[in-house]
Amino acid sequence: MAPILQVRDLKKIYDGGFEALKGVTLDIEEGEIIALLGPNGAGKTTLISTLCGITVPTSGSATVGGHDIQTDYRAARSMIGLVPQEISLEPFEKVINTVRLTRGLFGKRRNDAYLDEVLGKLSLLDKRNQPTKELSGGMKRRVLIAKALSHEPRVLFLDEPTAGVDVALRKDMWEVVAELKKSGVTIILTTHYIEEAEAIADRIAVINKGEILLVEETATLMARLGRKRLTIELREPIQSVPETLSAYDLELSEGGTDLTYTYDTHQEKTGITGLLAELSAAGLKLRDISTRQDSLEEIFVGLVQEGAA
Amino acid sequence: MNTRAIWSIYRNEMMRFFRTILQSFISPVISTSLYFVVFGTAIGSRIDEVEGVTYAAFIVPGLIMLSVIMQGISNASFAIYFPKFIGTIYEVLSAPVNFLEVVVGYVGAAATKSLFIGLVILGTASLFVDLTIAHPLAMLLFLVLTCVSFALMGFIIGIWAKNFEQLQLVPMLIVTPLVFLGGSFYSISMLPPLWQKITLFNPVVYLISGFRWAFFEQADVPVGLSLLAIGGFTAICMAVIWWIFRTGWRLRD
Repeated sequence: MAPILQVRDLKKIYDGGFEALKGVTLDIEEGEIIALLGPNGAGKTTLISTLCGITVPTSGSATVGGHDIQTDYRAARSMIGLVPQEISLEPFEKVINTVRLTRGLFGKRRNDAYLDEVLGKLSLLDKRNQPTKELSGGMKRRVLIAKALSHEPRVLFLDEPTAGVDVALRKDMWEVVAELKKSGVTIILTTHYIEEAEAIADRIAVINKGEILLVEETATLMARLGRKRLTIELREPIQSVPETLSAYDLELSEGGTDLTYTYDTHQEKTGITGLLAELSAAGLKLRDISTRQDSLEEIFVGLVQEGAA
Repeated sequence: MNTRAIWSIYRNEMMRFFRTILQSFISPVISTSLYFVVFGTAIGSRIDEVEGVTYAAFIVPGLIMLSVIMQGISNASFAIYFPKFIGTIYEVLSAPVNFLEVVVGYVGAAATKSLFIGLVILGTASLFVDLTIAHPLAMLLFLVLTCVSFALMGFIIGIWAKNFEQLQLVPMLIVTPLVFLGGSFYSISMLPPLWQKITLFNPVVYLISGFRWAFFEQADVPVGLSLLAIGGFTAICMAVIWWIFRTGWRLRD
């Protein structure tokens, strides 16, 4: 099956000459959750805005469900729901009315039963007739999601859905996203929280300075780039790392009690056996050993630095 | 044609209007009454008649035009500026709609509001003076066209404006003088000959003249010219808005 979203060499150069997108190419399959992961100013929002019609691309093309976003914009946009990063709602409007407005804008017949169902899923049903200004920040974001879902889109863009949201609400939002995926909606979300991408995305596209650095299955990305750190706690502190161990590039902690060894999990020989043998040969006594996997955060920082170099 | 989108925008805008219906209704009633007290009674008592019409009656069309023009501009400019300001414009820009649908929705609602206010003023005025409208249909046509064309102009101002000050700038610096100097409260024939010529460059003269003709069958310029002027103005505004949406000027990055 053809990807539901196809982006081809999409470029955006703003009037000031700033190149926000430097030729992005990306395929997104129907029903998946893909996270666009990158630091602030990486081009995540520009990419989404361009695909949704808010920003005009300088060159390149994109299709949604086979419809070109520029020449066949009506069909393309009809398939898209957008949850913007900034909470922007008309303050005096009732929740149900603002959701009805979006549905109408997308040319759908009024269907309050469906809208109530959406509100119900988002735990907004009891807020139905309240003006949006009376809602909490988390609830407002849910209203934005309800608006985006009001016209039954097949592709949902979530731009930083959990920015400025506390931990409990963030977990809540992840559950909402998981529910949406079950209903068959394709979800593209942007985030600069690595744990968020790791927790909910099927695939992760790392974007920085307007370029997609890589697109990978979340688990594969972890495995491919996952480095592990082996920490060895010594019984007696040492002044310096013995000469015989220099090949392992060990780090000695300040107190002289911890040695840290970094290795790649996917390398054939991790060197652990050798290291332990050498340690014992050097006469060092061990108190404890622990290993730790790099978080996506660290992987990501590494990638960005690689990209910058 | 996405008629549901047009209706949704129109309905949403009108709901905003109905939320504040009382002040929408009361403020024109009060301001019209004030104009009648000041101009109609205080000044009017010193002016006999203008071309066979009592001064109080003479200013009614100008008074309606004044309000309808200002209201049309402010309603439409605010209607499009406010979503830009609070950010909700994103949903219009990302919706499957074209420029005409957006314009018909917003401008239609703004024009409806100013038409409503124009009719309220007409009603209030008829409490103060005896009014007979010579050509009711022509009167309505001029009124509707004015509401629409100035709402279109307001829409452009709302897109152009980058802050609230700019939103007020054009109405205050350009439109108010043009309307006041456009014969709202006097006939062009009362001016010295040179100023009569200069005044003809003011587009508002044609609107007020045509509108006044519909009431009293007297005009400063031929009625046909009035219609042509308002038609031309509407066409220019539409062309500008079409260009704005085509290029995304101040709407899309």
